[in-house]
Amino acid sequence: MGGATDILELLKKSKGRRIKVLVAKLGLDGHDRGAKVVARALKDAGLEVIYTGIRQTPEQVVETAIQEDVDVIGVSILSGAHIPLMKKLMELLREKGLDDVPVLLGGTIPIPDIPKLKELGIRNIFLPGTSLKEIIKETLEAALERREE
Amino acid sequence: MTTQELDTLIDKAFQGDRASIGRLLTYIERSPLDASRILNKVMGGEGGGHVIGVTGIPGSGKSTLISKLISRYKEQGLRIAVVAIDPTSPLSKGALLGDRIRMQEHATDPRVFIRSVPTRGVKGGLSFSGVAMIEVFDKLGFDKIIVESIGVGQTDIDIMNLAHTILVVTAPGMGDEIQALKAGIMEIGDIYVLNKSDKPEANRTYAYLDFALETGEIGSEKLKWRPKLIKTSAALGQGIDELVKAVEEHLEFIKEYGIYSEKISARRRYMVRLLAEKLFTEKLEEIDEEIDIANRDIYLEAIKLINKVVSQLG
Ligand SMILES: Nc1nc2c(ncn2[C@@H]2O[C@H](COP(=O)(O)OP(=O)(O)OP(=O)(O)O)[C@@H](O)[C@H]2O)c(=O)[nH]1
Ligand SMILES: [Mg+2]
Repeated sequence: MGGATDILELLKKSKGRRIKVLVAKLGLDGHDRGAKVVARALKDAGLEVIYTGIRQTPEQVVETAIQEDVDVIGVSILSGAHIPLMKKLMELLREKGLDDVPVLLGGTIPIPDIPKLKELGIRNIFLPGTSLKEIIKETLEAALERREE
Repeated sequence: MTTQELDTLIDKAFQGDRASIGRLLTYIERSPLDASRILNKVMGGEGGGHVIGVTGIPGSGKSTLISKLISRYKEQGLRIAVVAIDPTSPLSKGALLGDRIRMQEHATDPRVFIRSVPTRGVKGGLSFSGVAMIEVFDKLGFDKIIVESIGVGQTDIDIMNLAHTILVVTAPGMGDEIQALKAGIMEIGDIYVLNKSDKPEANRTYAYLDFALETGEIGSEKLKWRPKLIKTSAALGQGIDELVKAVEEHLEFIKEYGIYSEKISARRRYMVRLLAEKLFTEKLEEIDEEIDIANRDIYLEAIKLINKVVSQLG
């Protein structure tokens, strides 16, 4: 699961077309070490990463996704406000016609909240301790699936 | 993409649909052929935009400064586009595009459009797609088109091929860096900005830059324009009015001397040259295996290679 060879295979599948990911910290908490580590790992895996920094609103994330025309949106939330924030984000994405852009979420998410988040349309939820390899692999898969549509 | 799909996309972009603008820029990045088709539709004439190139020492506060400029231009009711260039890693081919962080307060403003552009291995950093994007923003009616370049190395002066006005940004205590860059980007500024002037060493660096400009050690007088030196603190919002004023003075100057349109022609020639380079090098890499190393007349082999590339591009 999530080995380096899988990642290489996935990268090959992208056929030279660069994959663009948005990494954003949604909400009021100011801890972005985790998000930065993920952003750097995605870059090292050959992706183009737009990093927006901390304290982003759902509106900012959606507008950035539009202007940068990204393939995937990755969000990190540690504040505990993931349900209302993600609800708002997913609503806005739908409103702006971006519902085909896969959304991945990482952070301190209590297990009981996961089904509700999945229901909102979030593709993957990464709990603390998820390996970077796993995150890279899922991000690549999400990007490639969207393209095949 | 069919011609009809492309036309629809362009129409929607011109009606102000931001998702369509974003997608149009992606097509420009992805395929030279699509880019050419798009430019074919939008080029011709001048959009009237003012292209401002921002280069300088890495970490001197270029992005923060641009964010302050955006605020001022917004107050004037102008529309602003930003092309923010960041390096692609030559090893992984990935990129971490972080200039936006400093400009996110403008992300949701309908008058502002910010696009990050990785260099993707282009020397000097200014890729064909970056320049093509300027063309599109111009035609979409953006009044100020600000290009942030990576500003490293003595050779990163390509920005002078595409901007109407060039800002070279430095910061206090970067004397060594300034020395190192003297022969490169330190020569091309229309306006030199000493940012982070809230720092204690600012006065000393200012005096040095002022003297260096005076003696022609940095900067170069182009026609009758004497390069200016402006002290700012983007963090504290100081000196921004003076900077905006200097930028406007330069714009007036180039308009008065007829250089404004000349620079647009230069930019377009440069764009075509960049595209030629891109097409050529990509094809050259593709046929790398066909190079005959048994041929000891390497000049002849090189010419053969050129012909091969050309015949395959045709
Ligand atoms: N003290 C002080 N710090 C500033 C000022 N302007 C920017 N900074 C800080 O300098 C750092 C770099 O700022 P950026 O705007 O990212 O600089 P940059 O030149 O765009 O950087 P690169 O694009 O990475 O080369 C940030 O931590 C800013 O907060 C200023 O006027 N004063
Ligand atoms: Mg920057």
